[in-house]
This record gives sequence, structure tokens and C-alpha cells, in this order.
Amino acid sequence: MSRILFANFVRFIVLVFIQAFLLKNMTVYELSTPYLYILFVMLLPFETPNIVLFPLAFLIGLCVDAFYDTPGLHAASTVLLAFVRVLFVNVTVQKEGLDTDPQPTLASMGFRWFFTYALILTLFHHFLLFNLEVFSWNEIQYTLSRFLLSTVFTVFLIIISGLLFFRRKKA
Amino acid sequence: MRNLLIFITKYSAFFLFLIFEAIALYIFINYNNFQKASFINTANEVTGNMYRRVNNINDYLSLKEINDSLAKENARLRNQLKSSQYVDTTGKGSVVDTIYKQQYSYIEARVINNSVNHRMNYITLNKGSHDGIAKDMGVVSDAGVVGIVVQTSQHFSIVRSLLHKDTRISAMLAASKEGGSFMWAEDMDPRKGLLYDVANDAQPRLGDLVVTDQHSLFPIGIPLGKVSNLKPKTGGFFLNMEVRLAVDFSKLEYVYVISNKLATEQTGLEALQKTEDE
Repeated sequence: MSRILFANFVRFIVLVFIQAFLLKNMTVYELSTPYLYILFVMLLPFETPNIVLFPLAFLIGLCVDAFYDTPGLHAASTVLLAFVRVLFVNVTVQKEGLDTDPQPTLASMGFRWFFTYALILTLFHHFLLFNLEVFSWNEIQYTLSRFLLSTVFTVFLIIISGLLFFRRKKA
Repeated sequence: MRNLLIFITKYSAFFLFLIFEAIALYIFINYNNFQKASFINTANEVTGNMYRRVNNINDYLSLKEINDSLAKENARLRNQLKSSQYVDTTGKGSVVDTIYKQQYSYIEARVINNSVNHRMNYITLNKGSHDGIAKDMGVVSDAGVVGIVVQTSQHFSIVRSLLHKDTRISAMLAASKEGGSFMWAEDMDPRKGLLYDVANDAQPRLGDLVVTDQHSLFPIGIPLGKVSNLKPKTGGFFLNMEVRLAVDFSKLEYVYVISNKLATEQTGLEALQKTEDE
């Protein structure tokens, strides 16, 4: 239990740092910007109660906002992400009748599930993020292309980090 | 009552979502109104100092470019020195000039945090109210206009970059003095801006210099960029033109904050007039 707490605490710090000091300066053709920090909310254990999940999502969003000078913007997006996560997990994961307790990681749930999970959650998060930031119909085509290309970039980074850090345990 | 509690716990995700989403949106929408009370930005001690430290390391990577730009600026300023100008009349003693008094003074500051790839870009500077920087001061670099100070703490200040969806600067064509408004282009290219609402009888040409005019909070004549495309958008009653920005925002290192000595007097007078009108 304390191991899980510690791992998530370290993940929180590391992801916020990577986002603020490395990924903030990264962009492809002014269109695609990655937001890897949402991986923190995605990787929280399935048993996380909602009363903890939502404050944590809000908190990491606010931390990123502090570095981006956009108070509330990332917080609003990550809270939506947490809500979509709850719905998605309710629909796709059966908690009873499993002898090993599964984690929402690439290694534990398999590529297909994790990829769909990451893609859908990222799509919702980025959609709200980019539209809330621009908040104007006049530029909708730029906003949509930025939203889609950034989603590709973020999901790519999430899958890569999944392959790097969560090796499949051989039973 | 018991049924209500069961209902709330059953749909706890939805209610928690509503609560936190409402808080987040409230903070987001009201940010501009309670800036003084807000601490969730890069002007606070924690985030500001972190950016300053990382910037100390990054500085080594761009020493050469900084040196080049400072040398260039030195050369330009040296050209304006009295000693480098040829005097074609015979001087008669020294004259204490009492006509000109300084209206604008420049505070040098270093950029410790900057971005160009968002719709709302902010710049953090390593100087704040302690060094005399205040809200609504203009910020320029050696090449041209950079932005406007929106918030200060004791040791840091946040500048709304020219690359921000809400930044508007009153500008004119340097050659013909035709005025207009300047904003960042909508396609988020950090090298392009848009000069719009220019009167129809103006005759802009490619390469014309675009500078700040007398209505802006900058001194008159600070370059914004050069006209690079005459018809980016059609329709509307006024001319608009694409401007290639003078400042390379992705390489911004040193800037100057302009403090206008007469600003308080001017705004005070204007506010007085407004209250008298009512």
C-alpha cells in the first residue's frame, strides 16, 4: 500500500517537472504539443476511490497551470479526464472474479485495452483543453487540427513510456 | 434523507465531477478579475524560482547568440552618441539642455520563462515590483515590441506576450503614418502578426515598417515588424495586412521594461475627466 502511494507521489512530481521544463518547449510545426502529465491520472490504481481521484486530478491540473500561467484551464480538463476514466473503467473492467488485481497499465491490461483507454481519455482531455484555451468559433479549424495532432503526440508518448517502464511480468 | 445519501454515493463520480469542474472553470474565467489574489502562476516564489534555476542552466546554451545581439545593439547605440557624430557648426561652450526631460526610462530584465506554442503565451521576467516594474508597462527587446506587463510580484513579473489572443497594440505604418490595430495572426505562427483596421486610402507596400503610434503605451516609433503580405483576409471595410514580426520570440533572452514617468499623471487626468462627465 505504502509502495503504491510512494510510486504515485514520485510519478506526480516527475510528470509535472517533465511537463513544465521539457515538454512546454516542445512543439511540431506550431500545431502539435504533448501533454504527458495526464498519464498520472490514467495510471492511478483501479481501487482509487472517487473522493481521492477527483481531488488528485484537480491538483495535478492546478500544478501544471501554475507553470503555464493559465489557472483553471488544465484543472478543468483533468477533472473531465477523471470523470471519463471512471465511466470507461466501469464499462470495460470487471472487478470481480479475478485472482490477480489488475492495474491500468500497458503490461497488466494488454496493448489493445490500454491503447483504447489512453486514446479516449486523451481525446476528451485535449478537446476541452484546446477549445477552452482559444474559446472562439473563428479559429475552429486551427483548434481542431491542433487538438487532433496533439492527441497523436500525447498518445504516442504515453505508449512509449508504457513500453519503457512497465515490463510484462512472466507468470 | 437516507435515500438522498444513497443516491449521492451511487453517483458520487458525477457529483464530484460537477463540483471540481465548477471550481476549475470559476478560477479560469475569473482569473483576469482577481489577479492580485491569485497565486497560481509563475510570479509566485516557488514556480518563479524553479524557472530561474532552469534558465540559469539553459543560458549557457545560447551565450553566443546573446553576445551577438548585445554587440549589435551596442553598435547601434554607439552610433547615436554625440561623440560619434560629426559637428558641422562651431560649438560655443557647453549648453545645459533644459528642454528635454526624460519621459521614458528602461529597466533591463531577463526572460526566465517563455513559450510560443500556445494561444495564450506569457513571459516571466526575473524582476518585479521591487525593481520598479508595475502593471501595464510596455516591454521591448532590442529588436522591437515584446508585450505588456500584466502582473508583478516582488521579484518576478508576468508579461502578456505579443503572441497572445487578447493582445492588441495601436500601430501605424512608419512611412505614411496611417494608423491601425495590431494583433497576433490566428494561425499561431510565432513569426507573423496582423495589422488591421487601416483606412482604405492608405497605400501600404511590401516591406513597409510597422511601428507603435502615439496612442499605444509604448514610446512612439518602436518597430513591430514589416509588411509581408497585403491581402491575407478579404472582406471588411478596412485594409488589413500580414506583418512579419521584428522580434524572434523563440530566442528571447534580454528585454527592457519601459516605465513612463508621465503615465500616472495621464491616467489620473483621464480618470478625472471621466468622473466629471458622469
